[in-house]
Amino acid sequence: MKKNIFRSGKIIYLALYLLIMIFPLYWILITSLKPQKEIFSFPLKYWPEHMTLDNYIHIFKISKFHIYIGNSLLVSIVSALIVLVIATLSAYVMARFTFRGHKQIMMAFIATQMLPGFVALAPLYLMMSSMNLINNRMSLILMYTVTLIPFTTIMLRGFFQRIPASLEEAAMIDGCSRWSALLRIIIPVMLPGIASSFIFAFVQNWNELFLAVMFIDNDSLKTLPVAMNSFILKFDVDWGAMSAGAVLSIIPTVLIFAFAQKFMQKG
Amino acid sequence: MNNRKIILTGLIPALLLVLVFTYYPFLRGIIMAFQEYKLFNLSHVHFIGIDNFKNAFQDPKFIMALQNSAYWVFCSLILQFLFGLTLALMLKKKFRGRGIYQGLVFYSWALSGFLIGMIWKWMFNSQIGVINDLLLRFGFIQERIGFLSEQKWAMMSVIIANVWYGVAFFAIMLLAALQSVPSELYEAAEMDGAGGVRRLWNITLPYIKPTIISTLMLRAIWIFNDPSLIYGLTNGGPAGSTHILSSLMLEHIIYGGDYGAASAIGIIMIVILLLYTIFFLSVTKAEKAGEF
Repeated sequence: MKKNIFRSGKIIYLALYLLIMIFPLYWILITSLKPQKEIFSFPLKYWPEHMTLDNYIHIFKISKFHIYIGNSLLVSIVSALIVLVIATLSAYVMARFTFRGHKQIMMAFIATQMLPGFVALAPLYLMMSSMNLINNRMSLILMYTVTLIPFTTIMLRGFFQRIPASLEEAAMIDGCSRWSALLRIIIPVMLPGIASSFIFAFVQNWNELFLAVMFIDNDSLKTLPVAMNSFILKFDVDWGAMSAGAVLSIIPTVLIFAFAQKFMQKG
Repeated sequence: MNNRKIILTGLIPALLLVLVFTYYPFLRGIIMAFQEYKLFNLSHVHFIGIDNFKNAFQDPKFIMALQNSAYWVFCSLILQFLFGLTLALMLKKKFRGRGIYQGLVFYSWALSGFLIGMIWKWMFNSQIGVINDLLLRFGFIQERIGFLSEQKWAMMSVIIANVWYGVAFFAIMLLAALQSVPSELYEAAEMDGAGGVRRLWNITLPYIKPTIISTLMLRAIWIFNDPSLIYGLTNGGPAGSTHILSSLMLEHIIYGGDYGAASAIGIIMIVILLLYTIFFLSVTKAEKAGEF
């Protein structure tokens, strides 16, 4: 009896929570599919009477939405890949060797996670402009890479530590160099860790707004978040267009997140 | 190749990039706090001592943001943690469809704060917002509430959106920790006749304490530092009533171009964070919590 009450309480809680989590997503999707008139009609419609793709067509017409999507994909993927290469190396060294300054370097990486980032924003702007990287996607790729290196190093170091060092030592006795042992023996073993680092990096880059606002002014170089930001400023929030843009910008993250969950449950 | 060479090749790219593009600009930013440094008047950059700090403490907006920050971090953190823990406890046991359920409720974690801010801004809208509509339909309220436009509601509304955003993080981290609790511990407790509440209090919570400590600490810093949700929702309004320190700092940069003022706020934030970290670590006696 007591167990049954507990059980139904749990089901109600989980169902209610699901409803609350899903509703905003549902609402933005429904709004994006409503014709303008229905968005502002009373009483509110919880299901569109005349479903339409007008809002989606509209955002591609009034703005270069496909270009923004392309820019975001390019910047996010390239930077995530560079991060993986650099952070895998540093994580490997930090996991396998102890040396003078080891602890200090670790602290330096951890501390970056605590600094309020905007303090560095102005000097970064000056640096980028002196390197002629303002209005250049290189500046975003560079900065996204740098921002993610410490966290990814810390994360991958944890994965390396879980792999016994004897694994690559055996390979080295068999005549492998350290690098080829790393590449051929260790990396394949920690593929789940590397994949989740990539996903994390991609999502972070995909969502980043403030650096992109500072560094990119040229319309055809904007990333999705910057474009959405200027949507608001320009059109005093056209909610139909806004929600269509929001849905489009959510799709890749939700897809990749669903994929990651499956992957991590396996790993 | 000897070890020394391997260490150097492995570390130099990462270290060099972080030093040049994180620490160097950060230190320069700190210097800016003692300068008059305005983007629209770069020919008049000069040192002015602690004037930026004086100005900050004389600005009512800053004082309000200081109080708001404390309120914002405390309420968001406690609620996110409590809901996250409850959820994790309920998801601990396997049941059919758990994977799908997790996928559906945890996705918010991967969205940007700015976007979530925009979505909630739309739902909180006082005229055509769905939250007002639902509350009216079910008879909870008689007339529409300006959730984001009235000062007495704004902070609460922003916190609600933030709690919605952050529960998933705690649930994910705590769930992972819960699943590592050895089942023998529960079996032994069950034989001793310990009930559910006692098992939770005496076994589960102590076992996952390190995770609780490190997630609480990291999350507080993150909530304190990240203005993106507020930027999307209210941009600090109405009348500065939802500004926290980081969003006020952003305002100084984006709208005023006043890097000196912004950097001064940044330094104050660093001092607060340092005090918080020291306090938190000494209270919880967990010097290792930073190793995440």
